[in-house]
Amino acid sequence: MGGKTLYDKIWDAHWVGERADGMGLMYVDRHLLHEVTSPQAFEGLRLAGRAPWRTGANLATPDHNVPTVRSERVTGVEGIADEVARIQVETLDANCRDFGIEEFGINDVRQGIVHVIGPEQGATLPGMTIVCGDSHTSTHGAFAALAQGIGTSEVEHVLATQCLAQAKSGNMRIEIEGELGDGVHAKDLILAVIRHIGTAGATGHVIEFTGSAVRALSMEGRMTLCNMSIEAGGRAGLVAVDDTTLDYVAGRPMAPSGDDWSAAVTYWKTLHSDADARFDHEVRMDAGKLTPQVSWGTSPELVVNIDEGVPDPAALEDPIKAEVASRALDYMGLEPGTPMTQIALDKVFIGSCTNARIEDLRIAAGIARGRKVRVPQALVVPGSGLVKRQAEEEGLDRVFVDAGFEWREPGCSMCLAMNADRLYQGERCASTSNRNFEGRQGHGGRTHLVSPATAAASAVAGYLADPREMAA
Amino acid sequence: MESFDIHKGLVAPMDRANVDTDQIIPKQFLKSIRRTGFGDNLFDAWRYLDEGDMGKTLNERQLNPDFVLNAARYQGASILIARDNFGCGSSREHAVWALMEYGFRCVIAPSFADIFSTNSANNGLLLVVLAADEIDALFERVQARGFELEVDLQRQCVTADDGASWRFDIGRQHKQRLLSGLDDIGLSLECEAAIRAFEQQHRQRAPWVFQT
Ligand code: SF4
Repeated sequence: MGGKTLYDKIWDAHWVGERADGMGLMYVDRHLLHEVTSPQAFEGLRLAGRAPWRTGANLATPDHNVPTVRSERVTGVEGIADEVARIQVETLDANCRDFGIEEFGINDVRQGIVHVIGPEQGATLPGMTIVCGDSHTSTHGAFAALAQGIGTSEVEHVLATQCLAQAKSGNMRIEIEGELGDGVHAKDLILAVIRHIGTAGATGHVIEFTGSAVRALSMEGRMTLCNMSIEAGGRAGLVAVDDTTLDYVAGRPMAPSGDDWSAAVTYWKTLHSDADARFDHEVRMDAGKLTPQVSWGTSPELVVNIDEGVPDPAALEDPIKAEVASRALDYMGLEPGTPMTQIALDKVFIGSCTNARIEDLRIAAGIARGRKVRVPQALVVPGSGLVKRQAEEEGLDRVFVDAGFEWREPGCSMCLAMNADRLYQGERCASTSNRNFEGRQGHGGRTHLVSPATAAASAVAGYLADPREMAA
Repeated sequence: MESFDIHKGLVAPMDRANVDTDQIIPKQFLKSIRRTGFGDNLFDAWRYLDEGDMGKTLNERQLNPDFVLNAARYQGASILIARDNFGCGSSREHAVWALMEYGFRCVIAPSFADIFSTNSANNGLLLVVLAADEIDALFERVQARGFELEVDLQRQCVTADDGASWRFDIGRQHKQRLLSGLDDIGLSLECEAAIRAFEQQHRQRAPWVFQT
């Protein structure tokens, strides 16, 4: 018997048993909820006369749908101008009230994007199994928590049983050695990974990120990395526990303290893959040569270096890939060979569960400081009320506003454009979010995925820009 | 949930790789708090020329004549053949609800994204995985008007009218669930005692998990 992977360890520690039909049951420690994927689950619970199994395991917040302009937020839920959106947020409030689930409401300073607030509150802890009706739940894997996105039927299942019915996934290791250069960040790293293995590269697997480049990342950087595991097709992403993890978790409102803390730390320190653990699939990459990455197409694997040009589909051998590429160029309104840095922008979006934490805002502000925005609209949307407050304490809001950015209230905002923050037909945006799918940021909108540094540099250039040429 | 045993129906092609759930059902329809009402907005941005929104009725919409599912010959299709990584992206189960409400009972592709697969199993939408060259063969055949397939889950095979057939693999548990159409939560709650026992041990081992 070989050693265990980190995934094996967490899986084994939550294995309840097998159901009559042979499906495995995995115990769920933490369940995060938001307004979009939960209403039908609560409805199902009600119709079946069931109650949540363990109320305290659940934590809810509205994020996808909430407006981010101050004037719509001051009056709370009633202030949401879009009636359908308001009803959805009210429904979450009512469901949490009825079932006794803790919720950070729209104007609670702790409200924010569900994947930002979990770690911030210490609701996300190492070794936990975490689920949420949202694919980017993979974010929490940065804490060596097995965190997975689930569908609404599963949300109902977890509410009712505190378990997930699931077969085990494969183990995949992505080892990244070397040191990131100046102006190159975790976002560039994960875009490069997806470019390398493809959007289905990790399907059926849980990815563990290892190597010196990963160890050197802050928790914010690791969250960015794990966040986009789903864009590589992974069931979840993981990073082993180390001092960086423990330092981040210590003192969080929902983290253990005293004796519990010591006991927890002793256990958490075992949360790494054994030296002789076997992986079903291994990938190695070098961080040292990496440059800022930017997507040019309508899938997160369609990525180039910022100093490259738009690829030519005719140069691709695989006919299906060539077809995908030319369709993408058509949608994106791009010509092969155009240098990426000559692509003019209409909007810039700095935000989302990928890149709306304090470190992301610091990096972006470092570039924005003393410069002026040259795109028609540039938004900075903090990931949570607490991130916003922290940024304001550091004066980052002033830096952004002085440069011509709009400083908004926390939420998902233009990442998926369910609210008024969106692209219109043909508009082009440099975005720190995670998906460049057709229409993702608004019907007919065109998205280029980038790091916060590249987004800020692009905002002040008016074109996609190389942040290395715009040192802070 | 709807059970699945044998289904015969008209086949429609979706000749694109990486069809993501944002395409299957765009975000503006996710504001609904209901489980139904998504069928008319399946593939909304491809299917209509105008931008869709909740509450817009069908007669206000402009159909895109070039979109494959709008072709007269594919009306009533209940089996979709697709390319790699179908259903990638967002976890929205609304994508499965939209496909089923439109009338699809089965999607056949070389691969599917993980969360989409689970969501499909939880709603009785059968996903059939065939090898890329077998999918190519189906895309060839669907050129013929009125091409139908019979999908037999019990026997794990897909058969055309001329007798050509393709075998597929499916996990034992998924197969059982689909055949029985049983309530998943009900099945899990049969293990209530085991869950309680586990929970008690877990609370001893990791009390910090139960602080809230
Ligand atoms: S920020 Fe974007 S990706 Fe993240 S949870 Fe919100 S909508 Fe999903």
